[in-house]
Amino acid sequence: MKLIRWKIAILAIVCSALPSLAGDVGLDADVGARVRNCTWCHGTSAQGYGPGPRLAGQRVRYLENQLARFFAHARDNPLSQQYMWPATQALNPLAAHDLAIYFSLLAPQAANDGMKELVGVGASIYMDGAPENDIVSCAACHGPNGEGIGEIPRLGGLSFAYLKRRLTEWNEGFDLAAGPPMPHIASRLGPYEIDALASYLSFVQGIPNDVMP
Amino acid sequence: MKVIGLQLALPAAILAIAISLAGAASGWGREKAARVRVHPEGKIAYCMDCHGMGGQGYHGYLIMPRLAGQTPEYIENQLRAFAEHTRGRGLFINMARVHGLSPELRSSLAAQFRSFNPRAFGGGPRNAADTGRKIFEEGVPEANIPACAACHGPEGQGEGQNARLAGQLFPYTVNTLKNWGRDRTGDTASIMAPIARSLSQPDIVAVAAYMSNLH
Repeated sequence: MKLIRWKIAILAIVCSALPSLAGDVGLDADVGARVRNCTWCHGTSAQGYGPGPRLAGQRVRYLENQLARFFAHARDNPLSQQYMWPATQALNPLAAHDLAIYFSLLAPQAANDGMKELVGVGASIYMDGAPENDIVSCAACHGPNGEGIGEIPRLGGLSFAYLKRRLTEWNEGFDLAAGPPMPHIASRLGPYEIDALASYLSFVQGIPNDVMP
Repeated sequence: MKVIGLQLALPAAILAIAISLAGAASGWGREKAARVRVHPEGKIAYCMDCHGMGGQGYHGYLIMPRLAGQTPEYIENQLRAFAEHTRGRGLFINMARVHGLSPELRSSLAAQFRSFNPRAFGGGPRNAADTGRKIFEEGVPEANIPACAACHGPEGQGEGQNARLAGQLFPYTVNTLKNWGRDRTGDTASIMAPIARSLSQPDIVAVAAYMSNLH
């Protein structure tokens, strides 16, 4: 009797470890396991965790492109090298495509963790740029609500720390192979502009992607 | 100011080789990217951040049109129209501000873009190209629409204040023709207003597709 109870208990524990997150959208267990490989670092609901940025609501083609660029060691930011290069070394394009679609369909939540006093300045730079400093409008490509389009990423609601790090590292010489014109645009941004943009964007709550993002 | 330096640096910049890594149909390569772009100096770099490295245009959330090979008079007229708010009102960005340039700088930049000639952006449906070519070369007589080529040049290369159309982005041309009266209200725009209004939607798509592939 005791042995049967133990077996039932072990079976219950093993079954509870199945990917319930994946079950919500009807994915098979294999993809579910891959999703969990991502959510270890990107947060159980894919909203971001620590240095791992939010994946929820990101554009499909952007996610696919970044996975390909990690795999090819093209995107070489320090944390990319440390975490994403090993994470993607066994990933194939078809699986990447499925993962990208899965994450893109999750509703993004804004991090709301920027510096509130810089939001006004950040909004102005985001919308109209700063032409006197040769800074272009971010909104022209990334959209009025930071939603992105096609392979241009959604920025709205990403964490202040991630946006700041991403913009700063372009000026430190990382990820120069990124799609133009981002490295050059970043080169026009000083620390104040970066803090302002990252602050403003961290509060931008966009609308979830359509079924076909 | 440093126009001559730019004219030397720019071909080098445009010729910089980029290895595309993302989404290749044959799977992913393992080559380390060696894409180091030499960006031009000066104000033209600011224009190219949106309008593309060679001025070929860019399809972001907004569609930034091709400036390469455009007639200087047309560019200068548009820059003035943005400044005077006879074009570009109602967009979520302040078009007058992002295009704010002194008249001298307008002339200088327009002259630089005239000399660039990257490939046509394309993007239009190819099955409409034949109909599009007919409209471009012969107009639509039953709707009193003149041939585009009559004013815009037999190859769409533009003439004076009549814009170059060759290689223009397909969705940009479609949007421009559909929204003419709402978006452009200045004097230089008035001649196109009845033409844009008379074109049917399939005609717009066809002629825009044809022109998007013209080199």
